[in-house]
Amino acid sequence: MAIYLDHAATTPMTPAAIAAYTAALTVVGNPASIHSQGQNAKRILEEAREQLAGSVGADAVEVTFTSGGTEAINLAIKGLYWNRASNRSTETAVGAGVGATARNGRRPQLPRARILATRAEHHATIDSLEWLEAHEGAVIDWIPVDALGRIDIEYLAAALSDEVALVTTLWANNEVGTIQPISEIVALASAHGVPVHADAVSTFGYLPIDFHASGLAALSLSAHKIGGPVGVGAIVVSRLSTLEPLAHGGNQQRFRSGTQDAAGASAFGVVAARASHDVADHAARLGALRDRLVTGVVAAVPSAVLRGDSEPGGRLPGNAHFTFAGCEGDSLLFLLDAVGFSVSTGSACQAGVPEASHVLLAMGLSEPDARGAIRMTLGHSTTEAEVDAFLAALPAAVDRARAAGLA
Amino acid sequence: MSGGVDSAVAAARAVDAGHDVVAVHLALSRNPGTLRTGARGCCTIEDSMDAQRAANIIGIPYYVWDFSERFQAEVVDDFIAEYSAGRTPNPCMRCNERIKFTALLEKALALGFDAVATGHYATIVTDADGNRELHRAAAWAKDQSYVLGVLTTEQLAHAMFPLGTTPSKAEVRAEAAARGFSLAAKPDSHDICFIPDGDTRGWLADKVGAERGDILDRSGAVLGRHEGALAFTVGQRKGINVGYPTDDGKPRFVLEIRPKSNEVVVGPREALALAELAGTSFSWAGLPPEDARTPFDCHVQVRAHSEPVPALAWLVAAPLDPDAVDCDAPSREELVIVPNEPITGVSTGQTAVLYIGTRVLGQCTIDRTVSAVADPVSA
Repeated sequence: MAIYLDHAATTPMTPAAIAAYTAALTVVGNPASIHSQGQNAKRILEEAREQLAGSVGADAVEVTFTSGGTEAINLAIKGLYWNRASNRSTETAVGAGVGATARNGRRPQLPRARILATRAEHHATIDSLEWLEAHEGAVIDWIPVDALGRIDIEYLAAALSDEVALVTTLWANNEVGTIQPISEIVALASAHGVPVHADAVSTFGYLPIDFHASGLAALSLSAHKIGGPVGVGAIVVSRLSTLEPLAHGGNQQRFRSGTQDAAGASAFGVVAARASHDVADHAARLGALRDRLVTGVVAAVPSAVLRGDSEPGGRLPGNAHFTFAGCEGDSLLFLLDAVGFSVSTGSACQAGVPEASHVLLAMGLSEPDARGAIRMTLGHSTTEAEVDAFLAALPAAVDRARAAGLA
Repeated sequence: MSGGVDSAVAAARAVDAGHDVVAVHLALSRNPGTLRTGARGCCTIEDSMDAQRAANIIGIPYYVWDFSERFQAEVVDDFIAEYSAGRTPNPCMRCNERIKFTALLEKALALGFDAVATGHYATIVTDADGNRELHRAAAWAKDQSYVLGVLTTEQLAHAMFPLGTTPSKAEVRAEAAARGFSLAAKPDSHDICFIPDGDTRGWLADKVGAERGDILDRSGAVLGRHEGALAFTVGQRKGINVGYPTDDGKPRFVLEIRPKSNEVVVGPREALALAELAGTSFSWAGLPPEDARTPFDCHVQVRAHSEPVPALAWLVAAPLDPDAVDCDAPSREELVIVPNEPITGVSTGQTAVLYIGTRVLGQCTIDRTVSAVADPVSA
């Protein structure tokens, strides 16, 4: 029986989510249809929107459902960039008649083309930013992170000006779990009128989120990280902010066209409400399990180094991330898999090719150290017995992986 | 598992034979090509997905192991260096020698595996005393024992070739289809995998540059100009710009490439004939001959699909290497091969594989040749 310690990749759907999902799947009707059956579907959808909004301290009108976290992040970053850079250029360049070409990247330098982001972002952010830089005239100012993976707040403060299009940051790092000082970031950016987007895909359900209190312009969320279905996400955009959509069509939602997925939304609403309600208990339970895991790993393999913040309050409660010197992370993953434990190297893969994590490199690790990384993430189904079984199996796997060495 | 037909069927057969099998796809580039960007041939992202799909169907776990750095250093850079030195390397042999049966095998053994099984067409025979021998495949036309000739006793002890006894490739394809592999009808890969468009000359010109230089005859007279010496291989006839007709009305062939002076030497076909091949970098696939210093009968094969020809071979003390820095190096041996009839179209850098019957006895990288023509200039 495999023991699943990769909840940050995806976590099992909860029975309540499955029940809501399957029940809604039996309802016929496009939420945009005018007839009663359409209105029925619309009611399911809007209840879900209210549930989700309530669970993150937002208003329903601020919630746009998406196909997942990646779409939400793309929409937030590109949408805010296009809106900020083009609004300004339209204002200033309308007389020259070039407003229509302001976004085609041929203009030498757009006003407000700068985007600030940390070097430890998820690939959905990094690749969106690099695309904007390559095609849309954006200039990315990458903010360093410290050895724990936390944003260099002084660098941010110095880099901010009203010429910045947006700041985007993970709320908490998906690999090493380090929690970012969101309120400080927002306070600094707001002083210059710069909108902030937070990627909370790996945070939601593990830390309390209050969108209104945060002062964020936009927030990205995903259902399957908290027990909902894959293929469902949301972007929360403040009433006071606006952005350009990615997909054009029937204008079914504030920033997104496309027939709405009432069943997916319904399941998301149910798990979101539950995750929000239980977040304190859930975090406390996972935090205790995580501490047991971290203590146990260091006891079993003294050379293991915990990455990210070692203060329990400074990292996601379900996240334990280690590097094992002299081991190839993928050897360790293979050996643990062979004895029934599902873990992650934590880093991005292309065609399954493990690469040294850009997050660890940004934190100052050498490439050989970074290659020995293994991430264990705990979730709602994790038990103490599972953690203990993992701890019992780990030393043999580390010994063998070390013998295999670095490729 | 590359994502091709052969390795997928080999894996399935290893499972059927009762082994505990794990699929491993070798990542040989950090930036694998993809159909999206127009890459063809092997080693694309789509190939890795095909391999994973086949592993799923077989019901075995699948992992990607990254050997991109070692592949670059030991196969690609070696390929460039050999060409730059005027030799003609075989990168598939280097990959078998240094990646599949060294890097991969070492990692596999360290992780607790017993053997590496591949989709090569070759067989392993165990003699009465338990010694393992490498032999040709049953399907002579698909035989790949040549590119495995570099394997040593130790490597053979941990190698499995489940396709070796299959009478034809068609049978392997049919088996792949019967097993439900979507890759059953995938085309064979032919070219060098790290040169996806198959344009070896263009690729080399990109890597090492191409400069115009002289085409000479054997007396040193300039016959014409070329666009880059590395664009030629020994034995090549086409693309030699020396003006026709030649003095004797016969076509000219490339006899020698001199990278240092960027010269290409050409001459008539007879001048290609070699009486002797020799190399100091040699190995035995399994037990060596009882007395390798006494000439023994064998067949020599100089390309993956060329005809083996009868020859005598033996070991001698190697001539001193004029470039050797370390004068105190232990005295080296050289494998000398004398074909019964002169052999043509052989360049230094190529591998000569020795056979006795169907058995691969060993191999050497050719680093010295002796012309069959006493005075090549008057040939």
